[in-house]
Amino acid sequence: MSKNNLSFEQSMERLEVIVKQLEKGEAPLGESLKLFEEGTALIAACGKMLDEAEQKVLVLKKGENGEPVELPFEGGE
Amino acid sequence: MDNAVLSVTELNNHIKDLMDSDLLLMGLAVKGELSNYKLYPSGHHYFTLKDAESAIRCVMFKGNASKLRFTPENGMGVTAVGRVTVFPRDGAYQLYCTDLLPEGMGDLHIAFEQLKDKLSREGLFDAVHKKPLPRYPSRIAIITSSAGAAVRDIIRVLGKRWPMAEVVLLPVRVQGAEAPPEIVGALRYANKYKVGDLIITGRGGGSIEDLWAFNDERVARAIFESEIPVISAVGHEPDVTIADYVADLRAATPSNAAELAVPDRSEMSDALASMSVRLMQATKKKLSEKRARLNDLASRRVLQNPTAYIDQKRLELDSVQNKIMSRYERLLSAKKHGYIRLAASLDALSPLKVLGRGYSITTTDSGQTLSDARDVSVGDRLHVSLSQGGLRCTVDDVISGR
Repeated sequence: MSKNNLSFEQSMERLEVIVKQLEKGEAPLGESLKLFEEGTALIAACGKMLDEAEQKVLVLKKGENGEPVELPFEGGE
Repeated sequence: MDNAVLSVTELNNHIKDLMDSDLLLMGLAVKGELSNYKLYPSGHHYFTLKDAESAIRCVMFKGNASKLRFTPENGMGVTAVGRVTVFPRDGAYQLYCTDLLPEGMGDLHIAFEQLKDKLSREGLFDAVHKKPLPRYPSRIAIITSSAGAAVRDIIRVLGKRWPMAEVVLLPVRVQGAEAPPEIVGALRYANKYKVGDLIITGRGGGSIEDLWAFNDERVARAIFESEIPVISAVGHEPDVTIADYVADLRAATPSNAAELAVPDRSEMSDALASMSVRLMQATKKKLSEKRARLNDLASRRVLQNPTAYIDQKRLELDSVQNKIMSRYERLLSAKKHGYIRLAASLDALSPLKVLGRGYSITTTDSGQTLSDARDVSVGDRLHVSLSQGGLRCTVDDVISGR
């Protein structure tokens, strides 16, 4: 599903919309089932993001023209 | 009272009254050096404040002393704030101290209050300027020293709670004269290159002088101007800086800033789980509603027995037909009844009946019933109907009148 490209925030927002819409119970059955499928996929995607995330820490240095250059940060623990 | 002999108590009370009515002694600040500092088990602090020539005994009661943000030591230059009065029992006057400011802090304190007032009047602290923080930051810029404990604390807490957020450090000095311009530079740089969707700036705890960069007007204005929301995280809980007032959110400590910046991963997992449950329940409810409706429909006769409808209509038709028939018959019988009556009355009027009583009917040749003699002439042929049979006659004479 192309929904997998959504950011966590976008996914959560979409999920909230879907759940509220389903809870209202006004959508026809076919559409409800589509929403359910989409919601399930979003939950799986968000869960995956949560489980698999690994923190990335960078340190920013000014490049030659002032533009930011990202380097891995070694100063942490 | 000039020559009166006073008791010691009366004298001491008199002196106390005099001192207590003196405006200067009621509230003053004295600069000096701490000596003979003693902390009593009662929690009260006793010490002497002295300069090159003089000394004064001081007491600071427990309630005020517990608010001190530094540990007073002998030899330390301080400004003591309080009032001077007599302790009648000993006949000794002393300074009842309400606050102690370490030397040098007095000036900083004043500068702090002045800047706070100025920026507050300009509206830099107003709630309307506070930008909302992103709910799920994806990239967090940290503006602090790359060496201190602060950066490690922030990175550690962010990593534990929300590793999805990238962390970008913009290293700056956080104390000394170079600190303010570096912090300002980093804030502007972060905005210019949009290096993150949230900024945390601050440093670990230290003396008021150590934290001073975050009381700098330039830093305050750069935080105010930042398009990216800023969380300030300076020192420990009780340290409040100008940066804290102007930031979109004030954190008590650097670790606290990280906690405020991002949601917690495990809480988020729970939230997702509950979302999943709601999704399931809503869909299940929808399905069971539809199923119930389906069962309801399926149980209707029209679907169970397709000819039932026709049968039904047939029955209805029959009943209508019956109704029509019975009405028709009633009508008919009513009509029949009426006809019989009519027939009876017709019968009563029937000329045949009259004939039966001996009357006869005379008609002309053309069939016209004759009731006036003047309608016929001599020689006309007439027909006379009798009750039984009839007569053909010729008119011999016409008699007028009755």
